[in-house]
Amino acid sequence: MKVVIIKYNAGNIFSVDYALRRLGVEATISGDADIIKSADKVIFPGVGEAETTMNYLREHGLDNVIKNLTQPTLGICIGMQLLCKSSEEGGIVECLGIFDEVVKKFVPNESIIKVPHMGWNTVTADPSSPLFKNLINDPYFYYVHSYHATVGKDTIATTDYINQYSAALHKDNFYAVQFHPEKSGKVGEQLLKNFLEL
Amino acid sequence: MLAKRIIPCLDIKDGQTVKGVNFVNIRSVGDPVELGAEYSRLGADELVFLDITASHEGRKTFKDLVRRIAENISIPFTVGGGIHEIGDVDALLCAGADKVSINSAAIKNPDLISEVAKGFGSQVCTVAIDAKLDESGEWTCYLNGGRVATDKKLFAWAKEAQERGAGEILFTSMNHDGVKQGFANDALRVLSESLSIPVIASGGAGKMEHFKDVFTEGKADAALAASIFHFHEIAIPDLKKYLRDEGIPMRIV
Repeated sequence: MKVVIIKYNAGNIFSVDYALRRLGVEATISGDADIIKSADKVIFPGVGEAETTMNYLREHGLDNVIKNLTQPTLGICIGMQLLCKSSEEGGIVECLGIFDEVVKKFVPNESIIKVPHMGWNTVTADPSSPLFKNLINDPYFYYVHSYHATVGKDTIATTDYINQYSAALHKDNFYAVQFHPEKSGKVGEQLLKNFLEL
Repeated sequence: MLAKRIIPCLDIKDGQTVKGVNFVNIRSVGDPVELGAEYSRLGADELVFLDITASHEGRKTFKDLVRRIAENISIPFTVGGGIHEIGDVDALLCAGADKVSINSAAIKNPDLISEVAKGFGSQVCTVAIDAKLDESGEWTCYLNGGRVATDKKLFAWAKEAQERGAGEILFTSMNHDGVKQGFANDALRVLSESLSIPVIASGGAGKMEHFKDVFTEGKADAALAASIFHFHEIAIPDLKKYLRDEGIPMRIV
């Protein structure tokens, strides 16, 4: 199985590579359209800012490459947000539009004042989703983010922090998670394994 | 619900853990990777590795170690110690650290916080503050592991660090550190309620009740401890079950 991690101007893509190696998978890290298109599985990870990363994807023609992928593809963190319709980060940034959801900034309320949402939070998932198979109910995953995707028809898991938002999305061959499975211990490993087995 | 975090801290010298750590389940207790993996297995939510090496050679060893930690451990970890400039931060993040903790260098050069936040995002930038409550009732910040007093005061400095882009504050009370009589809950509560970024409490853990108090009275988002974990005075699984039973949101593995 050929797994490609999309290389672009976002940080933290190596920790996904390390996590895959712990599962015995040697992934290719590449920003080359042909290599990405030829993969059996594509992972679109990263930590970064929406406008800067979208501009980079467009300049390098990766926006169309990603939109036209037909193999199982997993967006992680900013990867998930870029697969949504638009993001409030950096104005209103048009994103890849795989999912209809929009990405909004957390607005602190009276009881929760801390943003970013940082740490381990519970994820309530659709039990029939293959991405969440063999996991306990409401597992804890590790999050670091200040923006979140709204809840809609493609939502397969939610988390509550200030408001309820999409912890995971799924449409056709596209899967996406807001949390970091590569940093979420055993449950994160199981989720990555589930994705690799799709 | 967002869980409160329990964070063991490991001191590293020349690539090895210091303090006579004694663990039965692991082959080499001196190896930070093995010890970190064991803490991860026991349910630690994050790990902090502090490099206390003075030599240039030791620094290189630490960077290699950070890479091995990133390869082998599947929970987030912060590294600190010996960070003077943005290049040090870049090297440690490239080696695979999730966050860096900046202490003396941030006080000497507050612009470093802004540079790190702008270059890599606030989420990687933990500002560590060592402070002592003096006789006049003020919390004074110290440099160089608590050896040199500064003119910075805890609450104002923490606020400034936040405004400059810190993603988290790690506050160690020098009055409470090593005494094992509980955390500096009054100061922690003021910090936590006045900041919009998470606060990690450090210094004073002696028994399980102290952790309950630091989360309820001190309003801390996370609690860090070293020796009580290293010397098995408190086992992390027992601590987390106790805290969960006390109604504190905890991730149990």
